[in-house]
Amino acid sequence: MELFKKISELKANNDFEGLVELVPYAKTIGIETSLVGDNIVSTLPFLSSNIGNHAIPALHGGAVAGFMENAAIFHLMWTAKLQQMPKVIDFSIDYLRSGQATTSYSQCEIIRLGRRVALCNIKVWQADIDKPFALARAHFLLSSNEPFNKES
Amino acid sequence: MKNSKPAVNPLLCKVNQTPHATILKLELVSAKDDTVTLKLPFSEHIIGDPFKRLIHGGAITTLMDTVCGAAVFQAQGNFQSMATLDLRVDHMRPADSGLDVFAIAECYRLTNTVAFIRATAYTDNIDEPVATAVASFMRSNVEFPIQ
Repeated sequence: MELFKKISELKANNDFEGLVELVPYAKTIGIETSLVGDNIVSTLPFLSSNIGNHAIPALHGGAVAGFMENAAIFHLMWTAKLQQMPKVIDFSIDYLRSGQATTSYSQCEIIRLGRRVALCNIKVWQADIDKPFALARAHFLLSSNEPFNKES
Repeated sequence: MKNSKPAVNPLLCKVNQTPHATILKLELVSAKDDTVTLKLPFSEHIIGDPFKRLIHGGAITTLMDTVCGAAVFQAQGNFQSMATLDLRVDHMRPADSGLDVFAIAECYRLTNTVAFIRATAYTDNIDEPVATAVASFMRSNVEFPIQ
C-alpha cells in the first residue's frame, strides 16, 4: 500500500526521477530515468565505480545485471499498480560483448503481466541499438503471500 | 597442471579490488580446491526494497558473478581473464535485513575454452540459501589486470 501511494504521488508530480531516490542501489550504480510516452526508461551513464576490468575498461558484469534488473523493476513499478516492491524470482543474463566506458541504454519488455508474476525481457546497448551487449530475462513476484487475494 | 598449482591462488585477494567490487565492499572469506567463498556486507547503499530494507537483487547478482569468476581463478591456479557468457540466479528468499550475505562457488568443470560454475548464497545457514546460480565463462590467455 505504501508503495502504491508513493508511486501515485510521483506520477501526480511527474517525478520519474523520484524512483531513483526511492531505491538506494539504483542511486549507487548511478541509474537515471526518463519518461518515454507512459514508460520509464533507464539509462546508466558511465561511472568509474562500475568498472570490473580496468584494462579494457569494461563495466562489471554484475553492475550491468543490476542495471537491467532495476530497469525492469522501475518499468513494473510505473506500469503495474503494485502494492509492494517487485521481488525477483529468477534472473538470467547472456553477455554478448563487454560494456564499454560510455552510457548504456536499456529497453524492457513485459512479456506477461499476471496477478502474481511478471516476466520481462531486458536488452542493453551503447552506441547501436542493434548491437546489444547483454540480454536478460527475469521473473518477478508481484503480490504478497496471499495468492488468491482479489486485486483492488 | 593441477598438482603444480598452489592450494590457494595467491592472487585471489585481488578479485575484490576491481572498482565495482570495492564499491560493494566484497571480501574474500576462503578458498579451497576449486571453491571460493566471498562476503557481501549489508549496507544502506545496496538496498533495493526501501520499505522492508532488503538487499537489491542486482547486488546479489554482482556477488554471484564475482564469486563465480573467483572460483575460475582458483581452479585455474593463475590469473588469466575470463568473460561471463551467461549467468542465471534463482532467488529463494530475500536476505534478512541487516545480515551479510556469503556466496560459495565451485568451478566444477574447466575445459580448454569454457569454465562451468555453480554457486550458493546464504546468510547464517547454507541449507537455507538466499540464492543459487549457475554460470559459464569463456576462458582466455590474457592476464587479468591487477592493480
